[in-house]
Amino acid sequence: MLQEVVSAQLPVGEKLAIQKNRIAGANPEARRIAVVTGTHGDELEGQYVAWKLARLLEKKRDRLHGTVDIYPALNPLGISTIYRGLPGFDLDMNRIFPGSSTETMYEYIAQGIVQDIAGADLCIDIHASNIFLREIPQIRINEKNAQELLPLAHFLNMDFVWVHGAATVLESTLAYSLNDIGTPTLVVEMGVGMRITESYGNQLIYGIFAAMNHLGMLDEPYIPVAPPIVSTDGHVGFVNAAESGIFLPRVSHVERVEKGQTIGIISNPFTGEISEKLLSPISGMVFTLREYPLVNEGSLIARVLGGAAS
Amino acid sequence: MKKELLYTISAMPYRQPIPVYGWRFGGPQRMLAVMGAIRGDEYQQMYIAARLIHRLEKLEASGALSEEAGILVVPCAAQSSMNVSRRFWPLDNTDINRMFPGYEDGETTQRLAHRVFHALQGYHWGIHLTSLYLPGDFVPHIRVMKTGWQKEDEGLDFGLPYLIIRSPRPYDTVTLNYNWQVWETHAFSLYTKENSDIDPFSAEMAVDSILRFLACHELLQAELPPGQDTISFEESRMATFYSTQAGILFPQKYPGDKVAAGEVVARILDPCTTEVREEIRSSVSGEVFFLRSARLLPEHTIVCRIIPG
Ligand SMILES: [Zn+2]
Repeated sequence: MLQEVVSAQLPVGEKLAIQKNRIAGANPEARRIAVVTGTHGDELEGQYVAWKLARLLEKKRDRLHGTVDIYPALNPLGISTIYRGLPGFDLDMNRIFPGSSTETMYEYIAQGIVQDIAGADLCIDIHASNIFLREIPQIRINEKNAQELLPLAHFLNMDFVWVHGAATVLESTLAYSLNDIGTPTLVVEMGVGMRITESYGNQLIYGIFAAMNHLGMLDEPYIPVAPPIVSTDGHVGFVNAAESGIFLPRVSHVERVEKGQTIGIISNPFTGEISEKLLSPISGMVFTLREYPLVNEGSLIARVLGGAAS
Repeated sequence: MKKELLYTISAMPYRQPIPVYGWRFGGPQRMLAVMGAIRGDEYQQMYIAARLIHRLEKLEASGALSEEAGILVVPCAAQSSMNVSRRFWPLDNTDINRMFPGYEDGETTQRLAHRVFHALQGYHWGIHLTSLYLPGDFVPHIRVMKTGWQKEDEGLDFGLPYLIIRSPRPYDTVTLNYNWQVWETHAFSLYTKENSDIDPFSAEMAVDSILRFLACHELLQAELPPGQDTISFEESRMATFYSTQAGILFPQKYPGDKVAAGEVVARILDPCTTEVREEIRSSVSGEVFFLRSARLLPEHTIVCRIIPG
């Protein structure tokens, strides 16, 4: 059932409305999970997950306990304009949470979203990297919440869990704001902007069902998921371009590389020369790989997970 | 005066290397750094810095600068964006003023923030001529961030109408102002009326205020227009008025105007009939401090801020 979460009138005859699809089983009040996506208008991997999850849940409705809320588009104006941010506004939507009723329309919308999700037993916030980088299916957790979230993250069937440092600036993300008020929220990053990787989506949906099963929301025999690699087991090596130019990869995403192996080259179409050879700083698995060919000096090219990946 | 190449941006394929210059006045001591445009639409900020360079050049030639004065002015570090009509970094739309203190081995805008910060670090005072994320016009003022290290009383030495004290929000921690303070520079942000246009009147007011600040600290001897009695005010104590309707915004009062309680500050009109949908009235008497410059406004959005008094 489609429900309006929060809305605001736009200047000329249109309403910005955040909507969700509420799928309720037996005892709808008993448990609730929220699956949200579309904060960044150029990330579409979550669209497939929202669609497929809604379809599968309709079929499983007689085995469902509690409520599943699916929010496919937290930033409808960004999605409709193929724009990562909030049209007409300078701040990234994931930097204005928990929102406010005394600032701007987008902060009012952000506040409405947080209030609607608050109290869920689990929130899964699906992102798709950006248009520049391809990511393996992974969960990002702020070290501040690692203790509570790591056990839940294990259910989601993702390949990798990245526990990152607690930067102040990240305090205005949706996940931080929800975790801060006691609503456990896991951030999924997978695939690449402007594209859909159905296999990653299916992998996550399997994990969502495993998590629901754990929460007692699905009357189905539990099928175990493979445990993810956790970043704290190994370490992450970064590869940034020192030159600008056109990037050509020389390894595949998810490939295992040795320290010093060429990950790719920066080519110079003017001269036919190779401006730079990008080498892996460590041995491990390429879990992030540049997708967009044009690079600036400093552009991220790859991230390699060493240690546990072997 | 000495024009100095601070660094060169050659981060983008097919664009020529972009030099970023600073203008130095006085001695080598790091007393005051003034940063102009960091974003591509900060024309007014670049213009103020450019006018300051123009004025300081004459003052220095006439012997008005003291031996203690060591001043760096950087009018623009945003050429890559400015020349292609973008506010932020052209490739990924990231904001250099959300990347401080920067990171030498990081992503492009982290590297650029590092270079800007490297050039501006170690000064006793720092002034950032900057713009707000919300397009709007201000009464010229100095803004100080309450970090615990701030020296807010020195903000009175500019003689601008207001000194605004702001409690930082999470995204403030990655701005130039905040990081200057972390590295022990007494940091001020200076806001004037315009952003992506030039308002010569408030620009000259800003230049005078910086010169007044130098004079106040005995780094400059010059005849300057007298400053105002600066009113110090906490941002959170301003009266803020919002739209509860969407439509065309027609201001009735402008920054600097006095309003009485109950007076109409702005109207919101139906964009297709001009019927008045909403009259935004001030509930307090005071002075209009901030007014949105957007023509089309959604509901639930700040229209203006008024300083009661
Ligand atoms: Zn995202």
